[in-house]
Amino acid sequence: MNFETTIGLEVHVELKTKSKMFSPSPVSYGAEPNTQTNVIDWGFPGVLPTINKGAYSYGIMVALALHADITRDTHFDRKNYFYPDNPKAYQVTQAEQPLATNGWVEIEVDGKKKKIGIAELHVEEDAGKNQHEPDGYSYVDLNRQGTPLVEIVSKPDIASPEEAYQYLEQLRQIVQFTGASDVKMEEGSMRVDTNLSVAPIGADKYGTKTEIKNLNSFNHVRDGLAYEQARQQAVLRAGGEIRQETRRWDVDKKETILMRVKEGADDYRYFPEPDLPPVHVSQKWIDEVAGRLPQPPAARRAHYVADWGIPEYDAGVLTQTLEMANFFEATVAAGADAKLASNWLMGEVSGYLNAQHQELKDVALTPEHLAGMIILISDGTISSKIAKKVFKEIIENDTDPKAFVEAKGMVQLSDPAQLTPIIDAVLDDNQQSIDDFKAGKDRAIGFLVGNIMKQTRGKANPKVVNQILMQEIKKR
Amino acid sequence: MISKDSVAHVAELSRLAFSDAELDQFTNQLDDILNMVDQLETVDTTGVPATTQSIHLQNVMREDVAVNDTKTEDLFKNVPTSKGTLIQVPAIIDKEED
Repeated sequence: MNFETTIGLEVHVELKTKSKMFSPSPVSYGAEPNTQTNVIDWGFPGVLPTINKGAYSYGIMVALALHADITRDTHFDRKNYFYPDNPKAYQVTQAEQPLATNGWVEIEVDGKKKKIGIAELHVEEDAGKNQHEPDGYSYVDLNRQGTPLVEIVSKPDIASPEEAYQYLEQLRQIVQFTGASDVKMEEGSMRVDTNLSVAPIGADKYGTKTEIKNLNSFNHVRDGLAYEQARQQAVLRAGGEIRQETRRWDVDKKETILMRVKEGADDYRYFPEPDLPPVHVSQKWIDEVAGRLPQPPAARRAHYVADWGIPEYDAGVLTQTLEMANFFEATVAAGADAKLASNWLMGEVSGYLNAQHQELKDVALTPEHLAGMIILISDGTISSKIAKKVFKEIIENDTDPKAFVEAKGMVQLSDPAQLTPIIDAVLDDNQQSIDDFKAGKDRAIGFLVGNIMKQTRGKANPKVVNQILMQEIKKR
Repeated sequence: MISKDSVAHVAELSRLAFSDAELDQFTNQLDDILNMVDQLETVDTTGVPATTQSIHLQNVMREDVAVNDTKTEDLFKNVPTSKGTLIQVPAIIDKEED
């Protein structure tokens, strides 16, 4: 029996606001437990939550970047559940009228492009965090309570674990480029739940789906889905039945493990949130947000390839983060050759950042300084060997490369009027090498160049030295 | 009419335990309340658009500005047991997340 796989993904993205979705408490990480909270976050009786307009605007921004239709008239709902990570016993979300519907993300697998649909996006609030301790108690920290989230629900358009991986990577890039979220799985600002089912090819309905939670990286998503796909196929081949259940991915065992069997639909008793008046999103508001929307990664890649001659692969690397793409563009704007700028960013700069476990924003390098150094190399002012020293200086300190090169006497000697007398002097002292060269021993040239370099303390421009050397030998 | 089963189900969702006699009592009381609300059905709402609100407001929003002016010790006045600034609760074992 051959099967086809259907996958849907639910992605939660934390919005990068200063304050919470419905309270003015700060959104900040690593603070002492419960110090970033107020009576609204704690759900005290009689409090009055208010919608954070900045958070909703970020939501609109993400929705626009994903080509979704913004819902013009909407309201919030209460999703009731009982759990100590949320003292209100309900989460405020958009159950009936989501932020936006009908978006899409384009992915490419094995050279084939495919659009993955997004059913809906909604704005909601995050819950607090529980920690379970061996002393027999659990402990609650409500600092995260109320942090704005956008939940992005895909359509069941994803047909393989690899497509799921590509969808997440594209989604991460697109959202990151809006600046609305950091979208970092490892820091919890992007979280992924998966649904997967398999059915015999041509079946007229989907198979029973299982959910996987506890996925901490895109690789775990791909591995977890691949395992679940194989497990479900094996169960069906053996004549068994798939139960609707929630499983978790065990990183060490490399398998999904049963967490709980779902009996009937969850019962959240949704109803409209009475404390928050409805939201009307005007065309003016949408236009204002659209005007602030940075250019998306796909458009930037196309521009790099078509206008600057950057290879597709390199364009892909440069657009993995907004910071890198902006840095690259600014370096080119500052006068650097695009191909050279790309090589430096993908080579030396990325190498340095990886080795130091740092990001672009953590180092002193500026696009202007990188461009300045590249120009010094291009016009022959410094050699590529000297450039390595200059690079170390400008990435570690806020130093102007031209001033640094001049102050350190690193400027390459390229002026024939200065080089010719030095070369002549070396030739005068080494008649034997001239004879050797004329007798066909090419290696003699290396000896002469070495001597010239020694005389100029390595500053002579090797290209110019070679030209003058050949001219002068011919004269003798 | 609300059934006793519905009341028992909502009680379970709310983590409330009731005796059979209490369930009967609450079923009757809730039934009375619903019957009272049912009187609204007699109002002619032809041409009145559906709403989720009883007041005519929209877009009551604030700018994204952080304010942290609540003393943590004030919040903890209603916390029976704590450890540092963490709220201590009975061990939570039946949840799948986090």
